[in-house]
Amino acid sequence: MSENLLASGHTACAGCGEALGIKLLMQALGPNTIIANATGCSEIFTSLYPRSAWKVPWIHSLFENAPAVASGIEVALKALGRENEAQVVAIGGDGAMADIGFGALSGMLERGHNILAICLDNEAYMNTGIQRSGLTPLYASTTTSPAGKISHGNETLKKDLPSIIAAHGTKYVATTTVAYPRDIEKKVKKALEVKGSKYIHILVPCPLGWGHEINMTITISRLAVQTGLFPLYEMENGVITSVFKIGKKVPVEEYLKLQKRFRHLFNDKSGAEEIQKIQSIADANIARLGLMAEPQKHPVTTK
Amino acid sequence: MKFDYGTIAEPASSLQNKTGTWRTFKPIWKHEKCTGCGFCTIYCPDACVSGEGKGKESTRIANYDYCKGCGICAHECPVKDIEMILEVR
Amino acid sequence: MSSVSILSKMKVIEGSKAIAETVKVCRPHVISAYPITPQTHIVEELSKIVADGELKAEYIKVESEHSAASGCLGASAAGARTYTATTSQGLLLMAEVLYNIAGMRLPVVLTCANRAVSAPLNIWNDHQDSISVRDTGWIQFYAEDNQEAVDMTIQAFKIAENPAVRLPVMVGIDGFLITHTVEPVELISQDMADKFLPPYKPQIYLDVKKPISMGNFADPGSYMEIRYSLHKAVEGSKKIIRDVTKEFEQMFGRFSGDLIETYNIENAQTIIVGMGSIVSTLKEVSDDMKARGKNLGVVKVRCHRPFPDEELYNALKNADNLIVLEKAISLGQGGILGTEIRSLFMEMENPPRISNFIVGLGGRDIPKSAIEKIVLRAEKSPVPFEFFGLNPEVLGGEI
Repeated sequence: MSENLLASGHTACAGCGEALGIKLLMQALGPNTIIANATGCSEIFTSLYPRSAWKVPWIHSLFENAPAVASGIEVALKALGRENEAQVVAIGGDGAMADIGFGALSGMLERGHNILAICLDNEAYMNTGIQRSGLTPLYASTTTSPAGKISHGNETLKKDLPSIIAAHGTKYVATTTVAYPRDIEKKVKKALEVKGSKYIHILVPCPLGWGHEINMTITISRLAVQTGLFPLYEMENGVITSVFKIGKKVPVEEYLKLQKRFRHLFNDKSGAEEIQKIQSIADANIARLGLMAEPQKHPVTTK
Repeated sequence: MKFDYGTIAEPASSLQNKTGTWRTFKPIWKHEKCTGCGFCTIYCPDACVSGEGKGKESTRIANYDYCKGCGICAHECPVKDIEMILEVR
Repeated sequence: MSSVSILSKMKVIEGSKAIAETVKVCRPHVISAYPITPQTHIVEELSKIVADGELKAEYIKVESEHSAASGCLGASAAGARTYTATTSQGLLLMAEVLYNIAGMRLPVVLTCANRAVSAPLNIWNDHQDSISVRDTGWIQFYAEDNQEAVDMTIQAFKIAENPAVRLPVMVGIDGFLITHTVEPVELISQDMADKFLPPYKPQIYLDVKKPISMGNFADPGSYMEIRYSLHKAVEGSKKIIRDVTKEFEQMFGRFSGDLIETYNIENAQTIIVGMGSIVSTLKEVSDDMKARGKNLGVVKVRCHRPFPDEELYNALKNADNLIVLEKAISLGQGGILGTEIRSLFMEMENPPRISNFIVGLGGRDIPKSAIEKIVLRAEKSPVPFEFFGLNPEVLGGEI
C-alpha cells in the first residue's frame, strides 16, 4: 500500500471512523499535498502543540474558513510559480463544510479553484460534544436534538450536500465511506486527475457519537451503504456517472438498532412509524439512483 | 525568537505520544488461518498494523506502542485469526 | 531638486487610486478582497490594474470579508506577499481572522477605509471600526492625508515582513475624507519601490519539501507563553517602525512622523491630540492661532498599536492642558484614546488637565470653528468626557 501520511500517536478515539478516513484519504493523495484543515476532530486529534500527526504541509486556521484558506494557498502557488508542486486540499467536517463554512465552500467552488474539498461526515458536531448539524439524519438523537418525552430526535432531513455541491458546476463530486477503502482510493485518484473544482464526501462513523461498539466502525459504515441510506456515487459536471450497486438490500432496522442514537425508535410503537419513514428515505435513494444490482437473468433467454 | 512564525509543529511528531497505554483489550494475531487479505492493516485507524504473508508465515502484528485496542482488526478479519484478549498490566 | 521636477512627479489623484497605485508597485502576489463602501474604489482600481497586466498578481474575488482575510492568510502561509482592504462591517466580519493572522505571525497588509459601525447603519467616516480591533495583535496606523496614506502603505509591507516583526499591518484611512478626496500626491515609482521594498522571502512556509504543520491548537500549558511572545513582538515593532520611517525619509525625502508626529508643541500650553485626517484641520487651527499669537500644539497619534506610550508622555508632559479628540467610543466607559492618554499621567505630580471629546462619529463634519470652541472650553476648565456638538432636536429633548 502507499505511504502512510497520518502518523500514529494521534489522539482520536479508539475505533474512530474519521481517523481511518483521513488515513485512507492521505494514502491516496500522496506526499505532494497541502492541506487547509478546519477546526474539528480532524484538527484537534492531530495537532495539539507541539506535536502533529501530519506528514504533509498542513495549516489550520478557523472553523468556517478552510475553503477560503485553501483558495489563498492555491492562488499563491500559482503566483509564486509553484503551481504544480502540490494538490491543495480543504478538509472539514459537518460544520465546516455544510453549515458554518458553507459560504466559504460555495465561494471556493464557484470560483473554480483547483482544490479538492473533503467533507468528513460523522453526522453531527462531534468534537464539541455530539450536537446536531445540517448533516444529522432524520430521528438521530444528538445533544441538541435529543430524543425525549415529546421529541423523536432530529426532526429534519439530512442536507443533500453532494447535490448542492454539484449544482455549483463542480467538475467531480463523489460520495464514499470507510468500509470501502478501494472505493476511496479510486475516487481520490480520479479527483486528482481533474483540474478544477472537486469534492468528495466521506461518511465516517463515530463510535462515541453514534453509540456503537468501537470495533463495529466498518460494519456500520457498510450497513449505511447496504441499506441505501448513504449511496455511493460519482457525479461529473452535474451528471451521475457511476453508482455503487447494492447486492442485497438490508432493511434500515439492521443499521439503526446497532446505534444508541436511534435506540429511542425501538422503545415504543410510534418508533415503528419513524423507522418506516427512514426506510422510505432509503427506498427513495435506491429508486432515484438505481442502487439495486441487476436481477439475475433467467438462464433461458432470447438475448 | 521561538514563536516568530506562530505555532509550528514538526511532521509526525505525534509519534512521541504512545497511545498504547489507552488499551483495555489487546489484539493477538494467531497466524494460523491468515489469508494475507490485509484488512487488519487497511482498517486500523491508527496505522498500527503491518506485516505480510499467509497462514503460519504471516507476520501481521500491531505496533503495541500505539494500538488503542479498538478491535476493528479482529472484527473485520474474515477468518477470525485475530483474538482480542484482556490485557493485564 | 527643482520645483519643476517635483511638480512633474506629483499627480492630482483620488486617495483610493493613489493607494491602489502604491499597492501595485509593492508587488503583492495575491490580492484577496471584497467590496464595501467606501473602500470600493481601491479594489476596483486594483482589479483594473491586474486586468491590464500592470500588476502580475492573483486576485481572489471572494464571497465575503471573512473569506477575504482567510484567503490572505492562506496565501501568506504559502509564502506570498498579500494585500486586502476593507472597512467597518467587513472588518468586523473578518475580526476573528484578524486575530488568527496576527497569532500565526503572517505579514498581511490591510487598508481600512475607516467608517462608522452599524447599528445604526452609516457609511461615513469615523474610527470605531479599526479601533475595535486594536487588541488583535495587528500594527495599526492612521493616515492624515492622501500622501501619508501612500507612504504608510509601502512602509506597511516593509515593517510587516521584517523578520524581527512578522506581524500584519493595518493602515487606517478616513473613509470618503481620504478615499474619495482628490489631492496632489507624489506617487512612488516602481524603481524606487523595488529599492525600498525587497522581495518577500519567508523562512517558513507551506512547502512539500518541508512539511510542517501551522496553526496547532495549544492547551493551557503553552497558550500563555505563545500570547506573551505575540505581545512582545507587537511592542518590539516600535523600533522597526522608527527605522523604516527613517529609511523612507532618506530615500524619498518625506517624513510625517514615526509613531507620533508633533507640530508646534514647543512652549505650547495647550496641546490637542488626534488621529487621522482630523490632524490636518488641527494643524490649520494651530497655524491660525499662531498668527494670532497663541500657541496651540498638535500631536498626531500616527501609530495606535503598538501604543506609543513613551513618545506621547514626552511630547505631552509639559503642557498645562491636553485635549484628546477621538472619532470612537468605548460604550459604557468613555473615550479610548482619552483613557489611554490619561493613564500615562497617573503617577505624575502635577499632570496636565485633560479633556476628552468624542467628535465626528458617523461622518459628522468637524470644522475649524468647532476646534476653536473646544480649545476655548478646555482651557477654561477641563472637560473630562463629552460627545461634542450634539443636536438636542435630533435627540428629542435634553442632552
